[in-house]
Amino acid sequence: MSRNRSVLGDFLRGLGGATFFLITILRALPGALLRPRLILQQLYYVGVMSLIIIVISGTFVGWILALQGFRTLTTFGATSALGVFVAATVIREMAPVVTALLFAGRAGSALAAEIGLMKATDQLSGMEMMAVDPIKRVIAPRFIAVLISLPLLTAIFAVMAIGWAGGHLIGVDLLGVDQGTYWGQIHAQIKLHDVIESIIKSACFGVVIGWISVYQGYFAAPTSEGVSRATTSTVVMSSLTVVGLDFVLTAFMFR
Amino acid sequence: MQSRALEILVGFFVCIGVAAVFVLTFRVASQDHVGSGGIYEVTAKFDNIGALTRGAAVKMAGVKIGSVKGISIDPKTFQAVVAIDIDKTRNDIPLDSTAKIMTAGLLGEQYIGLEPGGDDQSLQNGSEIKFTQSAFILENIIGQLLVSMTQKGKDSDSPAPAPANAPAPAPAPATAPAAKAAPAK
Repeated sequence: MSRNRSVLGDFLRGLGGATFFLITILRALPGALLRPRLILQQLYYVGVMSLIIIVISGTFVGWILALQGFRTLTTFGATSALGVFVAATVIREMAPVVTALLFAGRAGSALAAEIGLMKATDQLSGMEMMAVDPIKRVIAPRFIAVLISLPLLTAIFAVMAIGWAGGHLIGVDLLGVDQGTYWGQIHAQIKLHDVIESIIKSACFGVVIGWISVYQGYFAAPTSEGVSRATTSTVVMSSLTVVGLDFVLTAFMFR
Repeated sequence: MQSRALEILVGFFVCIGVAAVFVLTFRVASQDHVGSGGIYEVTAKFDNIGALTRGAAVKMAGVKIGSVKGISIDPKTFQAVVAIDIDKTRNDIPLDSTAKIMTAGLLGEQYIGLEPGGDDQSLQNGSEIKFTQSAFILENIIGQLLVSMTQKGKDSDSPAPAPANAPAPAPAPATAPAAKAAPAK
């Protein structure tokens, strides 16, 4: 019983601490925006370095969806709807969620490990000694970089999955769906609000992943075990939060 | 990492990201407006519009010429009043054209198909399309079919107290996609 209470207490304390930390980051954002070079550097590590995994996964997801969709749609004689099947699935769900999961594994874990190691090697306290605010200098630029990168990566993922290298390659070139039908059905069914929903989702996921990874890194125990635990829990918590939040957002924007 | 190369790589990343957003917005998603030369509005009354929604396409010979602007109900006749926006460049549609509610493809949405008549006068802003054909509702057809089948059975067999209307509420929602499957022709 007392153990249960302490688990609950730990959870609430962690959540409260994380919320205060988020507010601290948000307060530091305007100052961080004055140093675009730091953000640029993080954009490179967080965004550009994630590009390859996103492009390749997007392409494969497009192929898989085209194959699976074709199999199901053939039983209804509705293979003409293959394009919209791929596009709707990718734009509404696959692109934001899969990109966020991959991003949490690729960039979120790296951020947590980097910040955790900075803490373990006393770099953060060294900055404080030199009157440099580590929140402004280290945390905020990374948070902003995650926020900018994830929506862009989501859009790239979606284009790769739907476009000529992805679903189009399998659907049109391999399975013989008419090219005009493929695009025509997409144009007829996918509306602007689908794209906007997708971008809103990925922006929310960006906030969540950025928040979790910098929090886990910043509050990691300053040991090698602590850093490894921070990295693991970043990926686990980010992934769970992303799928849970995705359900909430989908229900919220459902019509 | 040289700072110049860093800037170039990040710039490249942001460029293709923004380009992907643009592709999704303008190439994949359809825009809501038709053409660019303005629109005019006509109305049509239907007994039943089926699953027609606001924003549905209005097509003539398969070419999109407008969209459904609004749907309301006539308080006197209890018919559905559909307001239709038509591209202003298509201003020579005969006044006695027929508006039919049709279904695009197997799983497609419903749209309004216009069949041109032979009148010299053409539709203008505010005019009403007189000839309309309602949506084809498979549930009703199946219900009528089942009723007629049970009725036939009752005539030939012994006068069992077979409730003739019992199978009428048959079509479960599972048949709803099938209803769209058979285009109303």
